[in-house]
This record gives sequence, structure tokens and C-alpha cells, in this order.
Amino acid sequence: MAVITINSNNFKTEVLESKVPVLADFNATWCGPCRSMKPMLDQLAEENKGYKIVSIDVDDNSELAEEYDVSSIPCLVVFRDGEEVNRSVGLIPKDMINALVEG
Amino acid sequence: MYDIIVIGGGPAGMTAAIYARRATKSVLVLEALTCGGQIINTPDIENYPVEAHISGFDFSNRVYEQAKGLGAEFAFEKAVDIKDEGSVKTVVTTKGSYQAKAVIIATGSENRKLGLEDEQRLTGRGVSYCATCDGNFYRNKVVAVVGGGNTALEDAQYLAGLAKQVYLIHRRDSFRGEETNAERLKACENVEIVYNSNVTRLISEKRLKAIEVTNKLTGEVRTIELNGLFVAIGRVPENMNFASVAELDEAGYIVAGEDCHTKTEGVFVAGDNRTKALRQLVTATADGAMAATEAVKYLNNMSL
Repeated sequence: MAVITINSNNFKTEVLESKVPVLADFNATWCGPCRSMKPMLDQLAEENKGYKIVSIDVDDNSELAEEYDVSSIPCLVVFRDGEEVNRSVGLIPKDMINALVEG
Repeated sequence: MYDIIVIGGGPAGMTAAIYARRATKSVLVLEALTCGGQIINTPDIENYPVEAHISGFDFSNRVYEQAKGLGAEFAFEKAVDIKDEGSVKTVVTTKGSYQAKAVIIATGSENRKLGLEDEQRLTGRGVSYCATCDGNFYRNKVVAVVGGGNTALEDAQYLAGLAKQVYLIHRRDSFRGEETNAERLKACENVEIVYNSNVTRLISEKRLKAIEVTNKLTGEVRTIELNGLFVAIGRVPENMNFASVAELDEAGYIVAGEDCHTKTEGVFVAGDNRTKALRQLVTATADGAMAATEAVKYLNNMSL
């Protein structure tokens, strides 16, 4: 499964109403560490873990960034049943990304 | 067994790998995160020869491709120790261990923290170490910058163009940074410079709400309400794991001259974690070339 790109139309269905946990990557095109983390997120998505990975561009979705109080990127937020359960700010290695969801 | 293990995949480490491969030595680069090092945080590099503008991310990727294309191997593991067994060095990582005849330490540096309670928890919730990364989130808000070097001055000036109000908290009454930077900042209407002061407390609920600032001379304590605090008080070298093979100065840098030799034969240092006068991209890559060349010389003498 590929990483799903989020916009204001699909956030509710893809993230809040998701049956599986969601790892949301808040990022921006101009953010170097975000771009560094992308290949790792793509790999995790392809590995079909038991969760979904979505990408949220904070410039295109500033209202979502504000709603979830994102003020440093890259910022990874884990949602379960529509609720935030975990969060990490800054570039982290792949196994730590996975551990955010799988614990 | 590799000829050379390079610890750190930043500009210094990857340049060392390029030079070592061109000298036909086998090379493993150990990187804790992803290749690039701190330069990936720089949106626009304007002072590296050839390219007038290139992002730190693109720069890193191109150097990575270059090193990889020449046959350098990469493993994404954090090195935690170097064991010197004479002609063989063992590098211990969080996942295992690797052996080489020579080692180049190119671990760079990380942001210096204020060392205040809740700082870690508030990182990303009002506390930031990168104005160019996070400044956009503070449009028309109130922010403070801590520090007195060029980074602090440049950050404050950048933020003055975005935020409603910027405080610059500086522990001295004059700046280490360039005079022109300081003058430009003093001319900004929405910037207040708070001299002779330290940030002594972070006041928060879920996120940062205010800071407590203490004047070092008068002892006066002032509370500044704000949305964001940008910490720019320098960087700390990441050498602590290697103190057994390399001499560290009081600030933690590996003591070495231009030839990049450490006190241990066959162990070299390259980049920002070495004692040096100028820490820039171009001096990091220069170190990489020097350390690799010296390592190759060491290897060639070994086999005589």
C-alpha cells in the first residue's frame, strides 16, 4: 500500500474514521528533514504493516496543522479510532517510526 | 573486514568515502539517521562553490549518490564505541559490530539544549531549534530567540519578517555575531533585545505559553508571554562515545590539526566535531578529503 496524500476532503474518512491505526506525517516540500524521512515512510507503507500511512502537507492543509497543534516539522502523529495516541517531532530512523505505532 | 569505516554520513563523512573509494579502498559509512547531517536543515546553500543555490537536501542526496556510485557501502546504525586493537579497529553499533583497519570519525554536532525542565516535552510544542524550518508556524505571533551568535541574529531577523513581535534573549551585552547582522536587527521595529539575561524557566500547559527571563546583573526576573521559543545557543560535538581513542578538548571537540590525526594510530577525525576555526560545509568536505587521504596513507604503509 502506498502513502495516501491527505486534503481537507479525505482527512475525516482516511484518518478519523479509519478502521486501522494511522501514522500521519505532517510535512512540507521545503523541509529537508521531511524529505529525508519520506523514503522510510514509503518503505514502511510498502511493507504493509497493520497500519496506514498518510502524508499531510502543512502548507496545503494549514487548518489541519493548526487543529493538531503542529508547530515543528517533520511531525508524526499516530491516530487510533480518530484519537491522537502518540507523536514524535524531528527526523527519526525507520525502526523508531515503526515503534511509534507498534510500540 | 573493511579498509575504512566512516562514522557519520554528513558532508565530511561522505566526502571521505568518495576519496577512499577513488583510492580503491573498501568503505563502510555508518549513519545513525539518514545521510546528510545537519546540512539537510538548510533550505538554500549559497556559499558552496559551483552552485549558486542548492538546498541542503539536494546537496546531500547528490553526494550520497556520488559516494554510492563509487562503491561505498552504507549501514544505518548508530556507532557507540571504537575498540582499538592495533591494526584492527572494531566499531560497535546499536545493532552489532564491524571491523576495519582504519576509522574516520565524522559525527558532526547536534543542537545545544537550554537544559531546562520540560524542554524535551515542549520541543515541537513551542520550543524549536530551527527558525527556517518552523518560523512559518509563527506568522503574526510572538516569539523569542535565545543566543548571541550569527545563527541567533539571523534567526531573529528572519522571524522579524514573519512574527508580530520578536524578543532576542542574550546573556551578554554585546554580540559574538557579525556587526552588520546585529545592526540590521537593532533597526527592526518589532524586535526587542533583552541583554545580560538567561531563560530560566519554561512556562507551559499543553504547549509553551511563556518564559521566565532572569537578568544576570540585577537578578530581576521577567515573564514574557509568547507562542514560540527558538533556541540558537550553538552546537555540541557528538564525540563522547569515542573519548577512549581520541583526545577531547573541554568543549568536547576531538583535538586534531589539519591532518585530521587523532591520538590513536589509524583513527582520524573529519568535520564539525574536530577542533577548528571555521565550521562550514566547505571545510567539512575539505576535512573529509584530508582524513581519507591520511587514512589511505596509513593503510598503504601498513601493508609494506
